[in-house]
Amino acid sequence: MAVSLKDMLKKESILSSGHRLCAGCAAPTVVKLMGMALRGPTVVCEATGCLEVATTIYPFTAWKIPWIHVAFENAAAVASGVYEAFQAMKAKGRTKYEHLDVVAIGGDGATFDIGFGALSGALERGHDFVYMVYDNGAYQNTGIQRSGATLTGQETTTSWAGKVEPGKLQRKKPISEIVAAHKIPYVATVTPYHYRDFVTKFRKALEVEGPAFIHAFSPCPRGWRSETGKTMELARLAVETGVHPLYEIINGEEYVMSAPSKSLKELKPLDDFMKPQGQFKHLYRPEWESFRLKIQEQITADWELLKKKCGV
Amino acid sequence: MTKQVPQSEIRIEGLTGDAAIAHALKQCDIDVLSAYPITPQTIIVEDFQKFAADGEVKTRVIPVESEHSALSACVGASALGARVATASASAGLALMWEILYCAASMRQPIVLAVANRALSAPINIHNDWSDTYGARDSGFIQLYCQSCQEAYDTTIMAFKIAEDHRVLLPVMVCIDGFILSHNVERVEMLPDKAVQDFVGVRVPYQVLDPDNPITMGPLCLTDYYFEFKEQQDRAMKAVPEVYKAVEAEFKEMTGRSYGVVEKYMTDDADIIVFTHSTPAGTAKAVVNAMREKGEKVGLLRLKMFRPFPAEQVREAVKKAKAVAVFEKCMSFGAPSNPLALELRTALYDLEKKPMVTDFVIGLGGRDVPPTTIVDGIEKTKKYLQERSAPMYETLGVRK
Ligand SMILES: Cc1ncc(C[n+]2csc(CCOP(=O)(O)OP(=O)(O)O)c2C)c(N)n1
Ligand code: SF4
Repeated sequence: MAVSLKDMLKKESILSSGHRLCAGCAAPTVVKLMGMALRGPTVVCEATGCLEVATTIYPFTAWKIPWIHVAFENAAAVASGVYEAFQAMKAKGRTKYEHLDVVAIGGDGATFDIGFGALSGALERGHDFVYMVYDNGAYQNTGIQRSGATLTGQETTTSWAGKVEPGKLQRKKPISEIVAAHKIPYVATVTPYHYRDFVTKFRKALEVEGPAFIHAFSPCPRGWRSETGKTMELARLAVETGVHPLYEIINGEEYVMSAPSKSLKELKPLDDFMKPQGQFKHLYRPEWESFRLKIQEQITADWELLKKKCGV
Repeated sequence: MTKQVPQSEIRIEGLTGDAAIAHALKQCDIDVLSAYPITPQTIIVEDFQKFAADGEVKTRVIPVESEHSALSACVGASALGARVATASASAGLALMWEILYCAASMRQPIVLAVANRALSAPINIHNDWSDTYGARDSGFIQLYCQSCQEAYDTTIMAFKIAEDHRVLLPVMVCIDGFILSHNVERVEMLPDKAVQDFVGVRVPYQVLDPDNPITMGPLCLTDYYFEFKEQQDRAMKAVPEVYKAVEAEFKEMTGRSYGVVEKYMTDDADIIVFTHSTPAGTAKAVVNAMREKGEKVGLLRLKMFRPFPAEQVREAVKKAKAVAVFEKCMSFGAPSNPLALELRTALYDLEKKPMVTDFVIGLGGRDVPPTTIVDGIEKTKKYLQERSAPMYETLGVRK
């Protein structure tokens, strides 16, 4: 489904103003773009994290569609329950709706780490729902601790840049490919900067039969120590430097490069993405020069491999 | 009006406790069952999956990847307004622990059948009550059964109690692992129609409805959290009244009822045995035998551990000289153990209190023969003479 800007803007936002996410946080934009793709009726199941705590402080809520939070590691399992309950009640004539879209949302910690078992289980069982991770690269809600999504070299409060360590030593878990390996019908990476690509892909995710997964890149000025006005630019740079390339994986096998990534003649240097962020500042000290170059090499190699998979 | 089901419509089967619960779940026409296998609960889900495979139920079964997800899926399904059940035990219940609190605090009337089993380590598949006692403060109603018939009956009543709008709390229906879960007993089964008329269709109070969107399970800080807990506590307090009404209706239909406590020869008893589940059956035999010898003993069987029926318990034992508690759980480091702690609290305000003795029995499935009960009663007699008893002791264990 191609989405026109006009149609997108006509949709009422699913998230009201007055939520308490930080200034410059990408998460509300991610949610609003998701809202533009919804066919409705929809139920959202959320994991614990920044987005959850900041949008639902009782007695207020920023959500204009039905929403449930149960715990940190179980958004996918809760969504399984919602989906199956709807099927059961529909079969027994106990719902007025013909159809219900179920969406689960989790942060990177909720998805890559603690909730991964629940996610994998739900994918294997094949419930028809969309899981979206908004990936801000750390456990931001609890004060910027490392997660499986934290980038190599990134400084967090549990992967400090110290005298002998340059931030996180390990690679980022390739979540989209791991999810795709479940052979689900649809996986896609998105960013809030590339909004048309985002909405189109999210709609596709809803329209396929069976589970779909959306990996949304979500800059976090608080944790990244970046300027609040630079969020969308960082989202764009993540694509242009190969940190978060945009692509789809169909049925776990067919890789399709998306236009914003496909149109790149070559990657921009990783420095363009890292330099505006305090969390990578230490990498520009002379002692970490070679480490930084290694990260660049890895990103370049990953990009070449992805291009091959996508046949470009 | 509920009518008595004629004897001709009652089917008599030999069923294990697990199978009895599976049949009850089937007849309650649940919408979603989500569970993960663990001995000795497994048969409940296996039998139910068979019903599903044969098209005998209109339930969506979710074969999840963990108990944590089992209960999570139940909460999600229940939030949409479905009638939901799961089953577990021991380590599985422990893995659900976080979500037990969510289910109860989000006021989801889920029925959770538990075949009570010891907790690791060492790993042990046999019966004691450490698992559900560990979850006693989670906000679940806890009902303990003595027979397979009672397991069947209680499961049916559980939905009606849980889904009542004065309650809206989840229920654990507990049976002793292996002793009941795997033991075949005579069970009188009601016709499907009678059960369905009795439980009705769930009328949810608040649901996830796109036409009337609400936010469930929000963040709630110091300004309102306490009020939520106050309301939850109020809901718990409403349970005995609802339980009584549900049981009265069930009695009209079947002639059977259990009460929150069962008094067995307590009125004139000097020593009252206080326990629940299968040891209560053994204790009844002991009471019978000792009464024949002219000893004034009785039994108070607890059915409802949460909410704890303090008043009924106090009334039933206040004239006795001693109450001998038999319980299959240890509360490490506590002054005594969960059942005795509850009892002592219930008795504290009495001016003239019976002595309380506390015997930990049957951990990890250690057999509890009548002699164990007799042993406890004899010790209690001795302590009465000495006017002093230890806070608790274990029986039937190598020292
Ligand atoms: C079982 C459990 N462990 C830990 C926590 C504490 N906790 C709440 S949110 C959170 C981190 C969330 O990180 P992420 O999923 O990346 O989302 P973000 O806050 O970054 O948006 C943690 C660790 C919890 N709520 N539950
Ligand atoms: S800490 Fe980061 S992710 Fe959390 S609300 Fe603030 S900007 Fe957003």
